Amino acid sequence: MSSETVELRGHIIDSLILPKVLDEILTRGAEFTIAEIRIGQNRVDQSYARIDVSSASNDALGDLLLRLRQHGAEVVERKEVQLAPAPADGVFPEDFYVTTNQQTFAQIGGKELAVESPMMDSAIVVNRDGRTARSVKFYEVRKGDDVVVGQQGIRVQAAERETSHTSVFNFNNQISSETPKTAIIRELAGEFQRIRKEHGQILVVAGPAVVHTGAGAYLESLITHGYVQRLFTGNGLAVYDVESALYGTSLGVNLEHGALSDAGHVNHMRAINRIREAGGIAEAVEQKILTRGIMHACVRQGVDIVLSGSIRDEGPIPGVTTDAVEAQRIMREKVRDVALVLMMGSMLHSIAVLNMVPATVKIVCVDIDPRVVNRLTSYQPFQAVGLVTDVKPFLRELTENIEASAGANGAAVA
Amino acid sequence: MRELLLCPPDHYGIEYEINPWMSRARGADTPLVQAQWKGLYETLSKLDAKVHLIPPKERLPDMVFTANAGLTVGRKFIPSNFRHQERSGEAPLFAKWMEERGYEISWLPSNLYFEGEGDALFGGDALFCGYKFRTDINSHRAVADLLGCLVISVELVDPRFYHIDTCFCPLTDGGAMWFPAAFDEYGQRAIRDHLPNLIDVPEEEATGFCCNAVVLDHDIVLPEGARSVIAQLRDRGYSCHPLPMSEFLKAGGACKCLTMHMPQRESCA
Repeated sequence: MSSETVELRGHIIDSLILPKVLDEILTRGAEFTIAEIRIGQNRVDQSYARIDVSSASNDALGDLLLRLRQHGAEVVERKEVQLAPAPADGVFPEDFYVTTNQQTFAQIGGKELAVESPMMDSAIVVNRDGRTARSVKFYEVRKGDDVVVGQQGIRVQAAERETSHTSVFNFNNQISSETPKTAIIRELAGEFQRIRKEHGQILVVAGPAVVHTGAGAYLESLITHGYVQRLFTGNGLAVYDVESALYGTSLGVNLEHGALSDAGHVNHMRAINRIREAGGIAEAVEQKILTRGIMHACVRQGVDIVLSGSIRDEGPIPGVTTDAVEAQRIMREKVRDVALVLMMGSMLHSIAVLNMVPATVKIVCVDIDPRVVNRLTSYQPFQAVGLVTDVKPFLRELTENIEASAGANGAAVA
Repeated sequence: MRELLLCPPDHYGIEYEINPWMSRARGADTPLVQAQWKGLYETLSKLDAKVHLIPPKERLPDMVFTANAGLTVGRKFIPSNFRHQERSGEAPLFAKWMEERGYEISWLPSNLYFEGEGDALFGGDALFCGYKFRTDINSHRAVADLLGCLVISVELVDPRFYHIDTCFCPLTDGGAMWFPAAFDEYGQRAIRDHLPNLIDVPEEEATGFCCNAVVLDHDIVLPEGARSVIAQLRDRGYSCHPLPMSEFLKAGGACKCLTMHMPQRESCA
């Protein structure tokens, strides 16, 4: 998308110049937002409109602006961003610009640069030599870095909103526990398949409830069929998944019968110990200690697993990053090219991810607690769908839909 | 008594081509030029108008078209900024002549093309200004600022009607005669919104430049050949004075192009 701001002045209402300009923008397949409008109060008073115009390409925008200039539209010269040096490592200058998760542009050296890795609650550091701008977190900034301060020279382009007619991903779309979900899940299955067909990356953020509820086998199936490229979770899911693979229990509860196994409460400790002994999850798969389950499928399919720890973790299982800042950094690296995030039964990991992804990424939130679903979808109101449901029936229906459709098409996605 | 400005056609001729009517291969017949211009001069002089003459200047063949000298409101004169280099030499001569007669000269910024009454005609409570072929729309805003009046900007879309005075003629009863197809749909709507009682001119009469008419109260001086328009104007109580204009039509002009009002309006109020 290329954008410019134009201004119109004069008797643009009586002369119908304003509607003409807006019609011309739309007729040429471009879009506009009226940033400001002042209508003259008396007959001879002139009016004023400031309009943000965006078009698919620079050339298309150039042609359009040429035409709009004939009607008196004047392109507003953009002011440069203001920069201030970071006073110390890990410290931003006073009045630093705080980013949103929307695509952001910075006017630097007469050109508009797209800010790399748009993410919420960051600052923007400009590399004047390389002529790049990127969003950075506290720990990434170094003393003397040029940081954008104030609002001048910054333009934020809101992600395109989907409408309910075209997609399940629309404004604050939350499917309550009392709403039938079959049609929505079928549409989501189609979305998963479309993304994979276009080689898009799907991230699953999951909590231990996936294993506790017995939904692990369905997630395993999604992974095996190539619908998961990244898995972000904590120590818990990894431990219970290994426990269920080795002992058939999840925190001691037999997943088949739903009853506490004899001395089952020690199973997760033994599971951690087995993995520590093997040297790690991948090593345990290699040594055929771990032969099924979510972790096993991830290792076999080459799924990137990011395990980030918390204060209550037992173990932890090898592979868990216990430094929260370091875990954030790794997660940020791995969300860069993600097209869709499926969040299930994990609020804190999900919030962390929502703080990292741009507004263009599609979000599916699944949780039995409506408050969690509400909170998560509110981060990304235009591109999220939330389903209040137990994880197991959701995952079962999703995998069944995907498998049925893949079977009908005679192809599995690798 | 209305005051008008004309320029004798001593140096008039088709010496360049800056509109679709002009062809150097089809020159003007000099005795006929003189006769037709004299016919206009005498007709206007008889119609309760005081006609001023500005001396013509050699190598400025289009100076005869005084409507493009500028726009006069009260004692204020806004000289034109001609789009074509061929005509730019006229502007200082007109400005000097008007200044010598006590008019206040208000130049527009030199980057804004504006061709005077050719693209600025009062109708009803507004000043209708054409844009695109000769005049820039941004000059309209500057004119509105200078005069404190409502300006209706309309886009001209047919190159044969390159000035608004070639396709639009406000009448003293608050209506106008016009050739709608010379304007885009927004311009047509804007004109319809502001002027009642419009007379739509058929294309064959529009191309005879019947809209390029000088309106003096109930007398209308226009090129001959506009039978249906003249009939409608007579029905509305106007006296029409059709004149042969063939030699000026060769340059894309007729009665109104050859005439500038001094002033077009006493004030904008």
